[in-house]
Amino acid sequence: MHASARAVSAAASWWRPMASRLDRVAGGVFILPAVVVILAFSIFPLLSSLYVSLSRLGFAQGGVELKFVGFDNYAKLLFGIDRPHFLGVTGPLTPIGIAVLLAIYGLFALLLYRYARGPNRTIGGLVGRVLATAIAGTLVWLIVNTVLTSGRPGTLVVTLVYVAVDVSVQYLLGLGLALLVVQHLPGRRFFRVVFLLPMMITPVGVAYLFRMIVDTSKGPLYPLWAHFGLTDISWVTNPWGARLAVMVGDVWQWTPFIFIVLLAAIETLPHELVEAAVVDGANRWQVFWRITFPQILPATITVVLIRIIEGFKIVDLPNVLTNGGPGTATESLTLHAYTIWRALDIGGSAAVAYMLLIVVTFVGISYVNLFRPRAATAA
Amino acid sequence: MAIIRRRGGSVSTTSISFPAMTLSYIALFAWTFVVLFPLYWLAVTALKTPLEVNAGPFYIPWRDFQPTLDSWHYIFFDLREDTFRPYTNTVVVGLTSTAITVLLGSMAAYGLVRMRYRVGYGAIASFVVALAIAVAVVVAGGPWPLGLVAGIGVFVLLLQTVARRWKRGVGNDDIAFWMISQRMLPPVATVIPIYIFFQQLQLLDTWAALIISYTAAHLPIVVWLMRDYFQSVPVELEESAAIDGASPYRIFRSIVLPLAVPGLVATFLFVLVFAWNEYLIALFLTSANAQTLPMTVAAQNATRGPQWWYMSVLILIMIGPVIAMAIALERYIARGLLVGAVKG
Repeated sequence: MHASARAVSAAASWWRPMASRLDRVAGGVFILPAVVVILAFSIFPLLSSLYVSLSRLGFAQGGVELKFVGFDNYAKLLFGIDRPHFLGVTGPLTPIGIAVLLAIYGLFALLLYRYARGPNRTIGGLVGRVLATAIAGTLVWLIVNTVLTSGRPGTLVVTLVYVAVDVSVQYLLGLGLALLVVQHLPGRRFFRVVFLLPMMITPVGVAYLFRMIVDTSKGPLYPLWAHFGLTDISWVTNPWGARLAVMVGDVWQWTPFIFIVLLAAIETLPHELVEAAVVDGANRWQVFWRITFPQILPATITVVLIRIIEGFKIVDLPNVLTNGGPGTATESLTLHAYTIWRALDIGGSAAVAYMLLIVVTFVGISYVNLFRPRAATAA
Repeated sequence: MAIIRRRGGSVSTTSISFPAMTLSYIALFAWTFVVLFPLYWLAVTALKTPLEVNAGPFYIPWRDFQPTLDSWHYIFFDLREDTFRPYTNTVVVGLTSTAITVLLGSMAAYGLVRMRYRVGYGAIASFVVALAIAVAVVVAGGPWPLGLVAGIGVFVLLLQTVARRWKRGVGNDDIAFWMISQRMLPPVATVIPIYIFFQQLQLLDTWAALIISYTAAHLPIVVWLMRDYFQSVPVELEESAAIDGASPYRIFRSIVLPLAVPGLVATFLFVLVFAWNEYLIALFLTSANAQTLPMTVAAQNATRGPQWWYMSVLILIMIGPVIAMAIALERYIARGLLVGAVKG
């Protein structure tokens, strides 16, 4: 791997000291610009943001004024006046809610138990897992208590719902389409190109598109609404209708991404295994589950991770499609941070952004820990 | 060595039965309809008058309604400046930031693949301490050159003394992971300090602010994609060039980059789409002068309720170039972009 670099420095023209010195620092020259940009415009802002989230900030004449307030901004989100906005309002648990909670907690307990009894457990791993399970359990409790009851989900829950629903639907659709296109059908190139298109369209445009499409009085689906007598209902004034519209838009836009990645993954698989299986009398279903799926599992895990990470950043769609409304029903965390920013509560905005960062990091790390070992054994 | 990939080397279960084929086509055309119908609706709405839009759905031009170019005229002539300024901004910011990002990102990716890096924990710790001191000086009210000098002084001092004692450090994979994981950062978590930073420099609402922010935001994608791509490029050519006495820069420019064109094209397109459509950073950093198209489109809502006929025109001219590029470069996307993701 590094033979070239070494060979270069060996063969460097040492009768020209300047050039040779420049060659010797080539490694630094290649990587430093990117490091500097990331340090200056990602890491440094990130740390400053942490400080901002711990202060109250006002725009004074010709600059900014920071006043350190400790964890006030976070307390406001978790326990104070912004709690209904951020976490939502809980209602009394229904039997369905209890059933769902029990089922999910049971699954968590099973996963923990299997790890604890498994061969390669470590103390650190166990502690990490217990902690992760506790956090995930709290999030699930929050979701069930605000979504499956008469309560009202806050922006945190709404964002989690967006990500969960969007990514699963996108994955199922994308995989299905990839499996269809990979067959040797005439015209597959046409489908490949067309299926790619939504990914290229600006999310703001997608938002307006779907606002037009879901309009019940002048949208193209008017005859359908009229048939069911729904023309007076506006999707975007019903909380779940509005959220559904946002999710449909996001699925429409990002299914192509999963589609092309999985398509490329399936296309690079060797034929021989599938052909051998077909000769042995395996049907399509068996071929998929026993041969294709295990082999595309690494690509699957990567692409789903990318979509989860990107999904948490959703902002344009709800902002334009529904303005975050009705009320704050469709607001994502990023949009929440922006609305607070617009109200000039800069510290609070940074606190929301940091909560988002914490949630993304938590979900990303848990996901990787949950699925990476499996990808490794499958690959 | 995924660079030499057979086209259409796909998994085929030899022949497909007729019913299976029919079902496949039905499903494929159903999704084609789902994809294309909204775009069709956009196109016909752009040809309608406000009256026709509000009167209810009319589907087919010339049969259901008489198409008109009124909205196009309005956007291109009546609004001329207000359309072309954001358009120019988007083109300039999109192309410049993408070019810079792809250049810096591929350089870093190439370095990470072919060179060996070793950053001691001591050096990192020295850097952090130095930075803290520099920031402390500035926060305490000192002039910024003093902070800079103090920071650099402390850094060099620590590096030459204490940092030497630490043997362990981070290597290439750690650096790559660190860079790529920056993509996990939600932009909203960094945009507020960036806003303050550009405000201090009086660069708010300028191209420079957007170009710099976009470069930082999209570098991780380029590093991730190009690193995987370079790993799939055979090293032998570079080695023989190095034996012939070519400098690393020369090798990178005349051998590596030309070989990586498919990957570069795909990455360029991918990043360009992100920069072209970027919303959040532009929302924070621009107001009037440097406003980009997504802002313009989104603003149509605020002023006089959704004017769908104008919006359709705006969206069409906005997505036109990107879609044309995507169609033209589709085969690069399939080949170049996904080497990394496919390997997992």
